[in-house]
Amino acid sequence: MSSFWSGWIILLTVVTIIGTAWLLFANRSRPNDQETTGHVFDGIEEYDNPMPAWWFWMFVITIIFGIGYLVVYPGLGNYKGTLGWTEIGQYEAEVAKANSEYGPIYQKYAAMSLEDVAKDEKAMRMAGRLFSDNCAQCHGSDARGSRGYPNLADGDWIWGGGAGQIKTSINNGRQGTMPSWLPALKEQGVDEVSEYVLSLSGQPADSDMAAAGEKHFQTYCVACHGADGKGNPLMGAPNLTDDIWLYGGKRAQIRTSVNEGRNGVMPAQQESLYPEKIHLLAAYVYSLSN
Amino acid sequence: MKHEAIEKNLGLMIPLIIVAISFGGLVEIVPLFFDKNLTEPVDGLEPLSAMELEGRDIYIREGCHVCHSQMIRPFRWETERYGHYSVSGEHVYEHPFLWGSKRTGPDLARVGERYSDAWHRAHLYNPRDVVPESNMPAFPWLFEDTIDGSITGTKMSALRTVGVPYTDEDIAGAEQAVDGKLEIDAMIAYLQQLGTLLKHKR
Repeated sequence: MSSFWSGWIILLTVVTIIGTAWLLFANRSRPNDQETTGHVFDGIEEYDNPMPAWWFWMFVITIIFGIGYLVVYPGLGNYKGTLGWTEIGQYEAEVAKANSEYGPIYQKYAAMSLEDVAKDEKAMRMAGRLFSDNCAQCHGSDARGSRGYPNLADGDWIWGGGAGQIKTSINNGRQGTMPSWLPALKEQGVDEVSEYVLSLSGQPADSDMAAAGEKHFQTYCVACHGADGKGNPLMGAPNLTDDIWLYGGKRAQIRTSVNEGRNGVMPAQQESLYPEKIHLLAAYVYSLSN
Repeated sequence: MKHEAIEKNLGLMIPLIIVAISFGGLVEIVPLFFDKNLTEPVDGLEPLSAMELEGRDIYIREGCHVCHSQMIRPFRWETERYGHYSVSGEHVYEHPFLWGSKRTGPDLARVGERYSDAWHRAHLYNPRDVVPESNMPAFPWLFEDTIDGSITGTKMSALRTVGVPYTDEDIAGAEQAVDGKLEIDAMIAYLQQLGTLLKHKR
């Protein structure tokens, strides 16, 4: 703040304090010893009594308090106050205190293997809180996911369920991209391949169309989902032969997936969360199915 | 001065009342207009693009700011959850700012890039599809209604007169950039840039 504005604040503040004090004391006694203000309204007169003493002294106390406050806290322009208090200073002290308190706990778990952390009940209680704050918005507070957001508690994994693979997923995020197959397959091809995918998971399907669809599947889909449709965790391609579906396993839902493609994004967390927290979260997710 | 002289003369009483009640503002508000810490944009701050600007207006229209604040206070329990506390340099191009004062939902000051676009779509279409416990209303009409871009440029010029550095090209291209686009896309464009300039680990 420039010294002009600092001086402006100091001057106006001091003048206001002195002015209010003057006003307070100037009105303390009854002027000219008259009992009334001299106003008469239809014969009703108004007393001109001074303020009751308790009220008067309360005002005095607030003025004294105000002056004391301005001495110890920053209030007068660039004057820092005798305590040297700042909002950011208080925040940083708060953070430093918490870090010294919780830092060693995080460090202890960070030095343990993910599998061991997953067995530590206290660590999992901490991690559960972190999960609620950072993961539950997509994966659900029970980690059972929702359409488009994988269930983390069912032991079925798209990108691999090893503790290390989970940590990689959290750190770097994942981008599960399935293109739209409409341009390549046309309407009919999309229908046929959808029937085949239905049959893969043992659902009733039109066998003629499924047979035609299998040819498309072995041409286009095999690269990611594999010849047997069991998926590939390296590509994030889901297993199509079980009854676990990320985007729904009904005919219409499968057809939409083939027709429009799917883009699943898990945002990378390593830029936003400290590594010790990611370690705990990875162990937590691992613990859900191990 | 006699009471009577003031009380019976409105022409005198009004200016004196104004003087009397101005001191607080003169001391607490006016100096801030001239404080560089508060009026300079943070590094990298750009005016909102046409889509983001329309998204922001939808955000205001739907009353998002009534339940979501955009102000992370410098307390550890806030920065642990939301990220770096808000600084005024992030908001210098906002007219009006949307800091809000009530959190029925979480703070959104740094929601940008936190979720995928698909998540925002699902969530705005029906919040309970992704967060079963949510009591946020659904906004399905955003997926049908399109933006009328005819006054987007005018909004930008209005903002320019209060100091947002839009260029002539920004204003000229505004209508074309947004006209006929779905409201949901503008909304997501707005949300995904919120608070992304200050990186901070939680």
